Amino acid sequence: MNFRIKASVAAAALIASAGGAWADCGIESGSVRILSNDFPALSAVNDRAAECATNSVEVTANQTTEHRNIQVPALSADPATYTVAVVATSSIVPLLSDDLIRPLDVYIEKWGDQLLDSQKIVVGGKTMAIAFMANAQHLYYRDDVLKEHGIEVPGTYDELFAAADKLQQEGWEYPLSSNFMPGWNLAAEFINLYLGTGGQFFEPGSAELAIDNEDGITVLETMKKMTEYMSPDYVTYDSNAQTPIWEAGEVALSVAWGSRAANYIGEEAPDQEIAASTAFAAAPTLGDSTTPTAALWWDGFTIAKNISDEDAEASFRAMMHGIAPEVLEGNMDKAVWLIEGFEPTRAADGVIANLQGKAKPYPMLPYMGLLHVALGDNLSEFLQGSESAEQALADVKAAYTTAATEAGFLN
Amino acid sequence: MPHKTFMAFIWPSLLAMVLFIALPIISVGYQSLYIEHEQILIESETCGPFGCDTEVSVDAQAMAQLREEQPAGRFNGVATYTNVSHLAFDEIGEIFATSENFGEIRNRIMNLPFYKALTFTLAYTFIVTPLVILLGFIIAVVVNSIPKFLKGPVIFFSLLPMLVTPLVGSLVLYWMIDSRGIIGAGLQALFGDPSLSLKASPVLTWITLFVYGVWHSAPFAFVVFYAGLQTVPQDTIESAMVDGASRWERVRFVIVPYLMPLATFIALMQLMDNFRVFEPIIGFSAAASATSLSYLIYNDLRASESPLFGSAAATSLLTILGVIILLLPVLRRNWREFNRKT
Repeated sequence: MNFRIKASVAAAALIASAGGAWADCGIESGSVRILSNDFPALSAVNDRAAECATNSVEVTANQTTEHRNIQVPALSADPATYTVAVVATSSIVPLLSDDLIRPLDVYIEKWGDQLLDSQKIVVGGKTMAIAFMANAQHLYYRDDVLKEHGIEVPGTYDELFAAADKLQQEGWEYPLSSNFMPGWNLAAEFINLYLGTGGQFFEPGSAELAIDNEDGITVLETMKKMTEYMSPDYVTYDSNAQTPIWEAGEVALSVAWGSRAANYIGEEAPDQEIAASTAFAAAPTLGDSTTPTAALWWDGFTIAKNISDEDAEASFRAMMHGIAPEVLEGNMDKAVWLIEGFEPTRAADGVIANLQGKAKPYPMLPYMGLLHVALGDNLSEFLQGSESAEQALADVKAAYTTAATEAGFLN
Repeated sequence: MPHKTFMAFIWPSLLAMVLFIALPIISVGYQSLYIEHEQILIESETCGPFGCDTEVSVDAQAMAQLREEQPAGRFNGVATYTNVSHLAFDEIGEIFATSENFGEIRNRIMNLPFYKALTFTLAYTFIVTPLVILLGFIIAVVVNSIPKFLKGPVIFFSLLPMLVTPLVGSLVLYWMIDSRGIIGAGLQALFGDPSLSLKASPVLTWITLFVYGVWHSAPFAFVVFYAGLQTVPQDTIESAMVDGASRWERVRFVIVPYLMPLATFIALMQLMDNFRVFEPIIGFSAAASATSLSYLIYNDLRASESPLFGSAAATSLLTILGVIILLLPVLRRNWREFNRKT
């Protein structure tokens, strides 16, 4: 991981030299149409890209949480509805598979001096996307509560369970929470934990599923144990449902997304005492492994293939302006930026700890999405106790195999 | 009416039905017979912020050419209908061959996604539909007999559940049954069980969904019955009163038979609607304990980055088939009545 944070002198110098010369981005003409997810860090980038608009340069942005469902049809059109698609580790895959985005190497050569090598997403020798922020799930804990009960910050799941046990005995009814809502969230938890065991999801070089092994069982049993310390409503917990419970001070330990950390500790948090004592650490490790149980995600932008070269050039340069180091100013705590000059704030502690612990990236495989769905649909019966772990894994395998066969990855 | 006049009036509607209903259904049927081309995979080095790794990816150019040649994909026949995500014939055969008793057969079949969804869908349809008719009728009779000046406001409030968007209605109820919500906390206090969660237990989730379904649809039945009640012939009612029929007997022997055709109509509409139950499952985040056929279609199309069109199409057609089977008895009854009258 090339996550070197250089002295901010360079960034400061750039910011100082900004101003008028940067405002018009130097684009002569073209249309920039951005499609992206909707969260504060991306707004910051899009707002800056919009600064490039002039009489001859049009910049529009559609920020929607539905972005991944409309990106393929929108970019399949010729000319594409959007020139820029902001994607994450998983949502770039269908764009790659359908050949809807263009290599960026020529543009990087001309206008990409500001980029770090680690920002380039290179597939088969071609740079297909530019990453600008990282995200992962990690441990949230209440510093004051752990201190009061004499508990060390848990580094492993065994320690996490010991801590939760102690809290439960000393009056915390449900000390733990995590995104266990069936579907996308629950599957993400399984993938986090499974990556932490070091196991492979698929047989090497094929789409054949390989999770029905001891690691898979261990992961499921760990998840089941987590539910013992969670409110029975856990089946409906996603990020939005978890936040108010934490803010109400009802849980002291949580596994949640890094991108939410700033909200938990920010000035808008309803209870400032809880916000001040909320702290972050790497996702706990599982068993003898030393890898944090978290999948690392990146967010970045791609440029559509079915657009004119002029628009592509304008789009690349507008996005370069959007993710220039100046975007960090005032937005430092909104994300774990991969941009040169980023100085981690307290909200980034958890993700940085994951990175330092060498957590694994979310697999960028064309059939990973199918596995994600199969996991999301088939684990809740086991967690609710109506099915064995072996049966749950067998159900996942059956669902995945059917879907992968229909999608053409298996015979 | 002469056939020519009839056709002149009906053709715009017929055209719209063919264009927007019949053709799409045919297209869905066609799609359900195809699956994606076999993916041509290449191994290449993929690098990013978290390091490099050799990973497989799809050979986009080769795939584009395949799609050019055969845009619909690979012909798969009815194999999508019989696979484990749908009717699962092979699995069912195996279950019957290797299970020891009926309980095991039931459990194993209920573990198959299609049958799990079908069971909830049927349970929802057959529990909610009669309750909606019954409750709607009771409300209508009650509203019909209250003083005139109260009728307006009462009718308005009785209609509210139907006016609220299904998703919003289910979300409101969902927050009320949260263990911090008024109903959730109230039930916990009532039963003295702080771990009682309407969201966690499958049985309670089902009951919650049924209650929501009745709450949401009863106003529809109420409106129809209430309109019907206004046309009940008063002289029949009066002669029943002269004959000494009590209030209950008048309802039982005059009003109910008179409103029976309306009940058939409501049953028809409700069977169709309830068989396609979907919004409450999303609204209540109930997918852990309850899935319906419509939910399966949604899941195939929306859960993954690349939608499974063939699978969704197969489930859609099976749903249409289900609706037809459900409606057959009601339609046959209507047809017989129609023939008797003419």
